[in-house]
Amino acid sequence: MTRTVQRRLVNGVPMPGWPMRIFKGLVLLVFCAAVIVPFVGVISTSVAPNKQINESGGLVLFPDSVNFNAYKSLFAGGVVTQALFVSVFVTVVGTLLSLTVSCLLAYALARPGFSAGRPILLVVLFSMLFSPGIIPTYLVVKGAGLLDSIWALIVPTMVSAFNVIVLRAFFMNLPNEITESARIDGAGELKTFAYIVMPLSKAVLSVIGLFYAVAYWNAFFSALLYLNDSKLWPLQLVLRTYVINDTQLGSAELGTELLPPQASIQMAILVISIVPILLVYPFLQRHFAKGVLTGAVKG
Amino acid sequence: MLQRSKTRTQQLSLGRRLLRDRVLLLFALPGTALIVAFHYLPLLGNVIAFKDYQPFLGIGGSDWVGWENFAVIFNGDPAFLRALKNTLILTSLQSVFVFPAPILLALLLNSLFSERIKRIAQSILYLPHFMSWVIVVALFQQMLGGSGLLNNYLRSHDLATLDIIGNSELFHVLLTSQIIWKDTGWATILFLAALSQIDSQLYEATSVDGASRMKQLWHVTLPGLRGIIILLFILRLGDSLTVGFEQIILQQAAVGRDISEVLDTYVYNNGVIAGAWGVAAAVGLVKGIVGVILVLAANKVAHIFGEQGVYSR
Repeated sequence: MTRTVQRRLVNGVPMPGWPMRIFKGLVLLVFCAAVIVPFVGVISTSVAPNKQINESGGLVLFPDSVNFNAYKSLFAGGVVTQALFVSVFVTVVGTLLSLTVSCLLAYALARPGFSAGRPILLVVLFSMLFSPGIIPTYLVVKGAGLLDSIWALIVPTMVSAFNVIVLRAFFMNLPNEITESARIDGAGELKTFAYIVMPLSKAVLSVIGLFYAVAYWNAFFSALLYLNDSKLWPLQLVLRTYVINDTQLGSAELGTELLPPQASIQMAILVISIVPILLVYPFLQRHFAKGVLTGAVKG
Repeated sequence: MLQRSKTRTQQLSLGRRLLRDRVLLLFALPGTALIVAFHYLPLLGNVIAFKDYQPFLGIGGSDWVGWENFAVIFNGDPAFLRALKNTLILTSLQSVFVFPAPILLALLLNSLFSERIKRIAQSILYLPHFMSWVIVVALFQQMLGGSGLLNNYLRSHDLATLDIIGNSELFHVLLTSQIIWKDTGWATILFLAALSQIDSQLYEATSVDGASRMKQLWHVTLPGLRGIIILLFILRLGDSLTVGFEQIILQQAAVGRDISEVLDTYVYNNGVIAGAWGVAAAVGLVKGIVGVILVLAANKVAHIFGEQGVYSR
């Protein structure tokens, strides 16, 4: 009993004993390994030599040597190249449109004294309470003539109410004097928005932009639901067909005679769809906690 | 000055004020229109739940059939009951295993004394949240599938292989573990934020009084998390009939619909795939209404217990 009290305190909490610390370290290590090992396996297999893949019967954790044959055949202009173009288009164009539309709406909602602000804010907030259902949404998309159009992947999900609320909270926190002085200097709403508010909001814009981009890049269900034409398929749908459902990718689909083992092709497709997220991840990680919390507190 | 301009604003008629705000109205228009078009307009589409909807006739041209489409629910059609049962099983599994996981992980992360290890662990554990379900399902296949890493290892050591992926008996467990793998790390963010709000003087004071770590956990830490736990549980409850559509659709073929059909896949398979639009819309509509009722009810319960809930009043 006395020993517990005499133990070193860190922020008021007694330091745990060694067995406890080792136990916690092990638990954490297992969790982290469970996350990392699959990624390592997938990346390694996509560059491992054929012989090693065949011997292991599938996934390779430590490749003996490195080759990029799988990537060469995927980028030769077949279905995967095509899908990559679709995914990049949807992600880039979608994110730009989403950001523009969301910022304009959030800015209007953040202006004090905007006469229609209150009802529009309620429309935005209330839409978060329910989800509209698969069939009725499908009918609206169909009615808008978006079926089998690449825009079906962008337009229905262009505005996220949550992101609008986060942006609005950020704009409201900007000092009022800045916009007021712009007004006195004769700037209208558009000028204030474009030249004063936007440059001050680079941090939040990049976070929200990345949220949108990740959502567009990962979108699978909208493509499954709205697109029959396989020429319009984004990477996620190609991934399902050729990796999860294990449909063979032949030279007809790949557009090349170079045919590495299916396992390494499949893993290379996975890597292509993972890498863009890994690239933005360090940045995402630096900012997203703040973004999530702003929304939670102000929303 | 401020007072005067305020009263002047109030004197202007609504039409005048809207005219004055026309630029802001234009700003708000595209976003509002999109939310109305894809969140509120579909609500009207629910009328096909009361119609014998034929795509070539359109909504207006299809015949009214009253409550006929709802018969699957009220008469207990086996396929519907199967979907309901799987949904309820999965939602209970998620409430019991998925919901507390981030709380435990957040407590673990919070109790680490090295900031550096904590940050590295967070970077790793948040990552799966940003992967699509297609990627998560593919990764699980590669790890645990018939020719996955685990089974290849067992095989090369002459051990019995484990039939995990595509095994209908383990399907619900598999779905639950996939959600835990994907979202536990990310979900710790809100709990960690709440933990950092707890006044460290409380810990100092209690330890001076001789409280052990367990006592501190029980009397200081958990009460500090109460609000956020209740809030998230309410949101979870409102979503309890939604148990992961993409995740299940991706794996349904491998295990069959008996074990994998849930309400959302029932709506999709019957409506979009099989063309029974009216029935699918009816089930979707009832599911949506029950969801809203659940959120409102859970919020009410939270108020009764003196908590804030999702919204006040």
